[in-house]
This record gives sequence, structure tokens and C-alpha cells, in this order.
Amino acid sequence: MSALEVSGLQKSFGGLRVTREVNLSVEPGERRLIIGPNGAGKTTLFSLITGELRPDAGSIRLFGREIVRVPSRRRAHLGLARTYQIITLFQRETLLHNVMLSLLGLSGLRWNPFRRFAQQAALIEAGRAALARVGLLDMADRPLSDTSYGERRRVEIAMGLAQNPKVLLLDEPFAGLSIEERRDVQGLLASIPHDVTIVMIEHDMDVALEFAERITVLHFGEVVVEGSRAEVVAHPKTREIYLGE
Amino acid sequence: MRRLAALGSQLLALGLLASLPAWIGNSYYVNIASQVLLYAVFALGLNVIVGYAGLVSLGHAGLFGIAAYSGAILITAGYGHFVAIAGALVVTLGVAALFAVLALRGTGLGFVMITVALGQIVWGVAYRWISLTNGDNGVSITSRPAPFGLSLVDANPFYWATLVVFLVAVAAIAIFVASPFGASLRGTRDQPRRMNALGYNVWLIRFLAFLFSGLWSGVAGLLFLYYNQFVSPQTVALTASAEVLLMVISGGTATLLGPIAGALLVVIMKNVASGYIERWNFVLGAIFVAIVIFMPEGLVPGSLRLWRWATRRRRQHPAGPAAMAPVPHGSINGGAQ
Repeated sequence: MSALEVSGLQKSFGGLRVTREVNLSVEPGERRLIIGPNGAGKTTLFSLITGELRPDAGSIRLFGREIVRVPSRRRAHLGLARTYQIITLFQRETLLHNVMLSLLGLSGLRWNPFRRFAQQAALIEAGRAALARVGLLDMADRPLSDTSYGERRRVEIAMGLAQNPKVLLLDEPFAGLSIEERRDVQGLLASIPHDVTIVMIEHDMDVALEFAERITVLHFGEVVVEGSRAEVVAHPKTREIYLGE
Repeated sequence: MRRLAALGSQLLALGLLASLPAWIGNSYYVNIASQVLLYAVFALGLNVIVGYAGLVSLGHAGLFGIAAYSGAILITAGYGHFVAIAGALVVTLGVAALFAVLALRGTGLGFVMITVALGQIVWGVAYRWISLTNGDNGVSITSRPAPFGLSLVDANPFYWATLVVFLVAVAAIAIFVASPFGASLRGTRDQPRRMNALGYNVWLIRFLAFLFSGLWSGVAGLLFLYYNQFVSPQTVALTASAEVLLMVISGGTATLLGPIAGALLVVIMKNVASGYIERWNFVLGAIFVAIVIFMPEGLVPGSLRLWRWATRRRRQHPAGPAAMAPVPHGSINGGAQ
């Protein structure tokens, strides 16, 4: 059974068909890279998978379960997490508070109006563990506004991992990072165990190609090429799209 | 040490508030203190939705007034105070739920406009449904409750009763804000899309916060009814909603002390300054403009910022001239927390 199976997915904004007919099947534990030029519909595809956008047609299955009608917030409870291309963190809060909010989202405690959030030992411990995974434990109590862009990218990933997802969607995790920061994030992604299936959108081909086992090329809302690293790089369509030959 | 200092200042404030009738002199000022406290409860309630949920409501006087009207109508119909208070709060919660379902279809300006419209509907009912609300003449009641046999007719016991309700409100809202639910609510204010993707039900969180906010507005409305023993359409007018919103914004949104400071400022200007200056509204307006220019985040966070800046400066330059402290880019939600 596939970890994530998308079939016949369609989405239009007015007359613009952003997602034409996308079919995608990702095996459990796989690392899948989605590439494509600007406007190919990559982020839209993520938003459809997480339910932030409602597709016009098609089906999305998470470990065999149809989730196309499941509200976005419930999909998080089913083991689907994502990071964002444009960082959307809680600016006024500390790094630990950010990760704790991610953990709280899946906990029944989130409805509790009586206990003290800052004293929830289990959440604090899990939050610190998630920050340790991305190498930011020593900054746990710093406000997010006092951190660098690269550190925020790692907080984004820590928030995704903290939810212990079965499928993690990473939207351009390397965007805007320096060379050293890229190496940090690359190491971090390589350390994620294979019980997490990862689908990643990325423009930086060097780091991304090294990470992914299979690659899907999206162009004008359609899958044009799909296959192993070598197959996709050698495919004439890929060269046409990327090099304009 | 810091915790001890905080506890000490809290006990000092409590002592000063409890002994207020002894040191303030005459009952005129005790009554003004009761007004400050009841409006502080109202502003604290509104702050839950304005400050912590980031949804600006200009219709909360409607909820405040519904509680006052329901209480007054039940008492005139011959029910006891207990039934009147319980009934009024149930009605207020019901109306708050209806308000929330309608207003939460929008956020930002849409939310503001729907709350204005809902507040105006309440005003219209108060003004025109004469058989129920007595129209422009309002509804009078002739007694105050006597909890545990203690009469609240005089100014001092009424003040103490109001103080107890006020303290319960402060404690309840402080616990609420620091709770996991409070953290969820602030999350929906700052990143609603992200919160949804993290598994939170953003709509339901906002709905429940609106009910909590409405509950305290209703409690304040009942205090208002018993204080004045009278309620009229003026109580639910748009200007009343604007006044309490100004209390929250001028004092500092999303802070516990801000709405209290705002209530103190507005009630004192209304009652005391109006004795000396005929155009007291003009003075109040000038004060609001000054707050917006010099402390856009509100009186309480703004004063804290000035204080920190001044103490740091004194340490660095023992006798330096005082320049203006830098003003951060503030907004309605620019307060602490």
C-alpha cells in the first residue's frame, strides 16, 4: 500500500488550471522530490494534499484511506505534516513555545482552560527533544524574533517532526539558506528515520538530487516525467523544461 | 526574590483596593471606584476577543446591555435576584453564541462590521420594542440583591461586592490566558492557517473565546444594572461599544492590566474631569491621540517600555538628558504577550 496516493487531482482558479491531472504514488519510507519551473503548481499540490485547498476532482489516499473530504485540521491528526515555503512561525514566542504549540495541536490538552501551558512537563520534554533533533536546544528559550533565517528554517522542520508524522511535506526547505546552513539542513533531513515518508519541493538541484530516491517533474500542472534520479536527469523532457532545448 | 516582590505588590494592591472606602473619603468617590471596577470587568471580557483572539468587536455593548435588560425585565416580572442573574447570563450566552456564529464568518474588517450591525440590532430592539423594553424610558428596578443577608444598598458594601466580582474576573481571565487553550487562542490570532494545519479547530477556538468574552461582558452588564438600578437604550448604543473598545486599546490589548488601566482612565475622565471642564470629551480625545502617538501599544506596555528604557539609561549615563524613548511599530495587537 502506498503511503500517499494522489490520482486524477484537478484544481482551477477561475480559468487557470493550476493542477490538471496529477497522479502520484509515494511508497512508505520513500524520499520523493518534486521539481518544476515556477508556476508548475508544486505548492498548490501540497495545499491540496494537506486540505488547505479543496480540489475540483480527484482522490488523495493516505495509507489507503481516502482523505479528500477530511478537513485539513483532521489530516494533521492522521499523520500528515508540512512545512511552509514562506516561514509562518509565531514571532513573539520562544522557540520552545513554537514547538510546544505544534505538539499541543495533536493533544487533547489543547482544549484545557485551567492548567498552565508553560508548566506542561510532557510537552516541554517532547518540545526540547524536537529542538535537540535540529540542533537548537541551547536556544530553546530565545524569542523567535532573535533568530536567523536559517535557524527559523530548522524550527519549521522541528515543528513538522515534533508531530511525529507518517508523511512529511517539505516546501523548499533550502530556500534562502547560506552554504553552511544548507549543509546543516541536509544533514538534518538525512537523519530522519525511514518510518517517515518525505515529499519535498526544491529548486536547489544539487542538494535535492542527492536526497531523493525518486523524482517527479511537474510542468503546467501535470506530471511530465517520473522516475529514478538518473532516469529523470537523462530524460529529454527534463532537459527541455529546464534548459529550453 | 522577584516572585516575592510580585506577591508583595499584589498583596499591597489588594489591601489598597479593599480598604478604599476608608481612605478615599466620601461615598461619591466610592461609587466612582465601583464604576471603574465594573467597566474593568467589561473591558477585561472584551480584551479576550480583541487582544487574545485578535478580533475587534464593536458590538459588545449589545451583550453588556442584553444582560442588563434581561436582568431588569426578569426582576420587574417579579423573579428573585438569583433567578434574574442566572437567567440574564443564560440569555447573554445564547445571544453571544448567535453573535459569534454570524460574526465569525469574517475576520478583520468583516468581523468588525458584522459586530457593529449586531450591536445596532440590539439597540434597535431596546429602542423600538416598547412593550418589552419600555423604549426610550428604559427599565428601572428598585432593589439590589442581598447576598448572604448583606444589604448592598449603601455605597461601601456595593463597592466590596463589585470588588469580589472583579477579582474573580481577573483571576479567571489570568488562568484562561496562561492555559493551553489560551496558548491555542493566541496562536489562532498570530497564524490561523498554520494553526489549522497543526490540527487545531480555529473556528471552534474562536467561538469558545467569544462565549467566554460574552460571559464577562454579561457579568459587567449585571453589575451596571445593579449600580444604576436602571437601563436604557443608551447603554447598548454604538458609542458604548466604542468606549469600552477604547478602554482596551488605550490601556494595552492582550495584557491583563491594560483594560483595567483603560477603564480607570475613561471613568475618571467622565466623572471627575467633567466637573471642571465642560468639554471633557475633548480632553479624553486629546489623551487618546497622545496615547496613539507616544504609546501605540497602550498605556501599560508603553509605561513599562519607558520605565525599562529610563532605568537602563540611568545606569549607563547617570545624568544624561532625557530624550524620547523609541516607539516600536505598534498596532491593535502590538501589546505584550
